[in-house]
Amino acid sequence: MITFMNNSDSEEEPCNERTSLMSAESPPVPSYQDGLQASQAGEVQAHRKRRTGSSRSPNNIADGETSDSSVPVREGALENEEEELTLKYGAKHVIMLFVPVTLCMIVVVATIKSVRFYTEKNGQLIYTPFTEDTPSVGQRLLNSVLNTIIMISVIVVMTVFLVLLYKYRCYKFIHGWLILSSLMLLFLFTYIYLGEVLKTYNVAMDYPTLILVIWNFGAVGMICIHWKGPLQLQQAYLIMISALMALVFIKYLPEWSAWVILGAISIYDLMAVLCPKGPLRMLVETAQERNEPIFPALIYSSAMIWTVGMAKPDTAARRSSQQAWDAAEDGRETDRSPSHTDSQMSERSPVPTRPITSFEELEEEERGVKLGLGDFIFYSVLVGKAAATASGDWNTTLACFVAILIGLCLTLLLLAVFKKALPALPISITFGLIFYFSTDNLVRPFMDTLASHQLYI
Amino acid sequence: MFVGRETATAPLCGKSRHRKRAFFWLVSLLLASLVWFVSVRLSDRGDAALQRGLLGFGAAVSVLLQELFRFAYFKLLKKADEGLATISEDGRSPISLRQMAYVSGLSFGIISGVFSVINILADSIGPGTVGIHGDSPYYFITSAFLTMALVLLHTFWGVIFFDACEKRRYGCLGLVVASHLLTSGLTFLNPRYAASLGPIFIITLCTGLWAFVTAGGSFRSLLKCLSCKQEDDSRVMTYSALRVPCED
Repeated sequence: MITFMNNSDSEEEPCNERTSLMSAESPPVPSYQDGLQASQAGEVQAHRKRRTGSSRSPNNIADGETSDSSVPVREGALENEEEELTLKYGAKHVIMLFVPVTLCMIVVVATIKSVRFYTEKNGQLIYTPFTEDTPSVGQRLLNSVLNTIIMISVIVVMTVFLVLLYKYRCYKFIHGWLILSSLMLLFLFTYIYLGEVLKTYNVAMDYPTLILVIWNFGAVGMICIHWKGPLQLQQAYLIMISALMALVFIKYLPEWSAWVILGAISIYDLMAVLCPKGPLRMLVETAQERNEPIFPALIYSSAMIWTVGMAKPDTAARRSSQQAWDAAEDGRETDRSPSHTDSQMSERSPVPTRPITSFEELEEEERGVKLGLGDFIFYSVLVGKAAATASGDWNTTLACFVAILIGLCLTLLLLAVFKKALPALPISITFGLIFYFSTDNLVRPFMDTLASHQLYI
Repeated sequence: MFVGRETATAPLCGKSRHRKRAFFWLVSLLLASLVWFVSVRLSDRGDAALQRGLLGFGAAVSVLLQELFRFAYFKLLKKADEGLATISEDGRSPISLRQMAYVSGLSFGIISGVFSVINILADSIGPGTVGIHGDSPYYFITSAFLTMALVLLHTFWGVIFFDACEKRRYGCLGLVVASHLLTSGLTFLNPRYAASLGPIFIITLCTGLWAFVTAGGSFRSLLKCLSCKQEDDSRVMTYSALRVPCED
């Protein structure tokens, strides 16, 4: 839910692939420069100044110019280049996030449509104690609002607790908590899921096979998420646990409460990330001060590695240790951790460097986008609820899906503009909610009537 | 700032452009449904002829809104294209307007087709008998063909529409809108498939040819494509062009 630029490791690297292939000067475009300067966060500003400052001297020596006028042009050219790179490679980030979000939603929708278990009402979570089986509409609304208040306050308390733990460096506690919750997700929830799927398709499986399968799945998952593993396997596990978590929410949250909770949590996300004293913002800032990656757990990372392949023979040096961030998802019934609230989206800045385009310094650089697992979960909850409750209609599900992806796209766009931590939930969830209610109530009757007469528009 | 930032949308590759266009189509559908819904609410439910008339009215409004949103998308893409051309190195945008027109039409077509057909597909899995109440037993197959025709038509209309807007040929624009209205109107004849499917396919073929010619194709280019001949590339890249001058 937070997007930010991680500039901490990039100060030392003087050159990157892109500048070594591009020309030194780009035509300065005033509007972009102004916009860029206006939108920089303080820290990013400081970093940039430091970089341009450090790169200024070699440039001046190279050009033999020491006049002041050349320096702003150089800086302008640097910033413009960086701007262009950000735009060009921003597109890749959008795609890199579309695929996992889509996959997670597909898993959730497929399960909802086929396995009856997740649409049956079998009780509620302790966090939503008020029932919705009331005779009057007003009472039902009141109950759902109360449920929402309780749920959100639990989330807030957990988030603040986590931030305090992080601030006072109780890393062991946090790691233990995350390991416990991912254990539960990977073993218990997978066992339940597998059981229900087998029941639905009437497939017999004996216990020894089941134990073997679950044990392997869970053990590999724990290793991949908390220690080291291939990036794609880790991503797959993160998607799976997000889907499992979303399914649990879809099953145990009552109808109206679910929608009100979705709305409330996007408002909370907005405030927690953007307000100066918001817990998530404090988390981001603390991590940036300490130069640490924020919560390697709970974050989906789609890091790409670019190695410069021109002068060095070994091109495919993958920084697997960087990618093997623990990304356990957490937060289930018993342990409402602020995983969904800690979710962040971040983008590492391109390494803006001096525009010297020689082959001498070729280095690796990593660029990726990170999206918090809580965002995955809540997107999937929205689409899954639409699939479960929209009177068997696929149009609503599709409309919500498109709306969420458009919201994600817009958020990434804003990330490219503002280059600081941004909440990923509000825009998508707002679009999703608008489209769900309008499609279900307005478009569905229209399309159904058209389809019954076989009319096309 | 918004205008400056839109250039980020243009270099996005196919999938996200598809999403944006799909979004636009959805919004147009939403507005049209709103109009229809309000009109139905305000009218007498019992009168079947009136209901059918209202349905036709709703369909016409939907068609017009779709074309309007296509135009709005064209305007948006033009702006993005200009911005992208400004910041690119050689002053040209990496995506031609024709490619954008094609992708635009295709994504309109896909979302329109999917919305029309997915419920039918979902129902076709379940147990049932087609036409048991006296309707046509060819419902599924004709729906499939109609959807295919519609997707292709949207793609062709996208190409023609963008080209007409670019060259300011408003006659062509009017023809596109008219053919969309005609196609939608033909589906009103629907259980009589000879009267509706046949003309719709003829319209699809003609529009396809028109779009092919608009996009610059000709019989020769078709032959060249089919014979897979390699063209002599007039742009010769020398090794020195790959080396960037070192600054010492």
